[in-house]
Amino acid sequence: MLELKNVHARAGDAPILKGLDLHVRAGEVHAVMGPNGSGKSTLANVLAGRPSVEVTKGEVLFDGRDLTALAPEERAREGIFLAFQYPVEIPGVANTYFLKAAKNAALAHRGEQELDAMDFLTLMREKMKLVEMDEKLMHRSVNEGFSGGEKKRNEILQMAILEPRLAILDETDSGLDIDALRVVAKGVNSLRSPERAMLVITHYQRLLEYIVPDFVHVLADGRIVRSGGKELALELEEKGYGWIEKFAGAGA
Amino acid sequence: MKLDEAKNHYLGRHRAFAGSLAPEPAWMAELRDRSIAAFAASGLPHSKLEEWRYTNIAPIARIPFEPATPPIRELGRDDLESHAFPVFACSVFVFVNGRFAPELSAQSPLPGGARVESLADLRAAGGDAPPAFGALADPKPHPFTALNTAFCDDGAVIRLPRGGDAGPPIHLVFVSSPTDVPCVVHPRVLVHAEEGSRACLIQDHVTVGNATGFTNSVTEIHLQADARVDFVLLQREPDHRFHVSNLAGRLERASRLSCHTLTLGGAIVRNDASVLLADEGAECRLDGLFVGSGAQLLDNHTLVDHAVPHCQSDERYKGILGGESRGVFRGRVVVRPDAQKTRATQTNQNLLLGALAEVDTKPQLEIYADDVKCSHGSTIGQLDEDALFFLRSRGIGEASARDLLTRAFGVEILDALPVPALGQALDDLLLARLRDAHGALGEAR
Repeated sequence: MLELKNVHARAGDAPILKGLDLHVRAGEVHAVMGPNGSGKSTLANVLAGRPSVEVTKGEVLFDGRDLTALAPEERAREGIFLAFQYPVEIPGVANTYFLKAAKNAALAHRGEQELDAMDFLTLMREKMKLVEMDEKLMHRSVNEGFSGGEKKRNEILQMAILEPRLAILDETDSGLDIDALRVVAKGVNSLRSPERAMLVITHYQRLLEYIVPDFVHVLADGRIVRSGGKELALELEEKGYGWIEKFAGAGA
Repeated sequence: MKLDEAKNHYLGRHRAFAGSLAPEPAWMAELRDRSIAAFAASGLPHSKLEEWRYTNIAPIARIPFEPATPPIRELGRDDLESHAFPVFACSVFVFVNGRFAPELSAQSPLPGGARVESLADLRAAGGDAPPAFGALADPKPHPFTALNTAFCDDGAVIRLPRGGDAGPPIHLVFVSSPTDVPCVVHPRVLVHAEEGSRACLIQDHVTVGNATGFTNSVTEIHLQADARVDFVLLQREPDHRFHVSNLAGRLERASRLSCHTLTLGGAIVRNDASVLLADEGAECRLDGLFVGSGAQLLDNHTLVDHAVPHCQSDERYKGILGGESRGVFRGRVVVRPDAQKTRATQTNQNLLLGALAEVDTKPQLEIYADDVKCSHGSTIGQLDEDALFFLRSRGIGEASARDLLTRAFGVEILDALPVPALGQALDDLLLARLRDAHGALGEAR
């Protein structure tokens, strides 16, 4: 589904990714771990198409198509979803209005019937249960005045409604207490399916106790330096990132 | 025409106009004389004057506007349909090129004993001056107000008797429609609200047909004790017209005025709004939204005068500027030495959509009392790139995302309108204007 080959990318002027390879198939959950500054968020932004991040070399293929040729909105309509590390507050844009517009953009793109207000509300209410979201929040502006946990739940709610084929979770665990983390993880796990792939980006192993990955990759200095099964996350937790940095230095 | 030529042009036209007038009551004649004398002394304002620093009115002075005449084509109700607000019930009073048009108006008796009368009728009837008429908008400091008053012909006089509630909004529609030569219209509105009365009014400036011209309006609002008036000034003329407006309010004890100035069209628009909080407990809200594109110049000058203790004023103006348009906000809040326990807030936020768009913002708080709570602030920014990316990353196209964010910037002002349905009715209009603003952005790139 997703294939990255020798991807180099820079954010602004700074080169961040320096030859990253990654292969994700439908139904798989991949975790990408790494220390601060290793390029985790840049990887997420490369996939979602943030304009300030530029791929300078290599290939990013989604279903064999060059992803870098697509605008962020086209990627979204093709089924790519990024759950933001820092969800943006948008005063003046109501959550429901925004979500309905997003959902219908995707449906229209696929040539499917758009949802009317009633159908959308039904869908939204059903998905809200997944993340235990209060309906009051839905009528407020997007993320405005939301707590950190509510913002992250809102991200997962958007994911549940948009039903992407590739979901990228960028440090979704950051800033969450254990209860909020459980709710978010429950929401994510309920969306696991044979058609859907997930890329879980995290600094800590903690999240992976709740969202158990099929594969774990360790990112250091813009490259994947080790890949393995879920036990790699535990090993990393035990030995710390210093272990990996030494390893990365030796490999370079 | 240069400024002094323009002055002589209007003085000459005034001689002819005054000579053609039927006999009128002394109060009107005296006010008219005083006003033309003020104009003769000042002439049109030049940009060396502090009040006119950012707004060069030379393009208005250049055209020898003639006093308004009836339009070439007589207007029917169909012409006004697209400007009506069918979403909410209201009584409608239509003025065409300055003259009251009863045949286009919907005049059923208003609730609460409220009356809307034609100023021309009142002048012809020869009775007493409507209370406060000409007393709030001083011709001396404002040359355009002097012109308006000197050429005063017709207008809307709204009287709210003691304790009366006028009920549904009163829609005053000032229509400009083509004449043989470019003309200037001087709309005049007076609202006199007696003790404890209530009303919601919409002063609306529209154009039917492609009328080049100049609208120069003056509005006076006098609220007696405990009166409450919500007032909307809506300016939606096309981009080639000129528009100057002056709104002057006076608030007596515990009265409340909310003013909402929405500027959506005009080549050069200058709105003055000044409110005197004249007695304790008075409260005033001044809201404004101006949306510019192309080469428009939209200028808002406001003055809130806290003359006595225990009054409150809240002011917020928002500007959205695309293309090469320019915005000006100058907001003075004066808290006089006696005005203890004043609460005053003022904000001006501006969103620039074009690299060539500009805004000059100048909040001015002058506080001479010591026990007050006052705050002010102004911002100038662009669309939030992170928010734009967020919306796009959810599948919303770039143009729609820009529209959404731009609209969101102004929605606070629309949501605060006294009639919620008016905000919804204006939403489409606003969106169309925003598209212009963004379109101009595209060209600028």
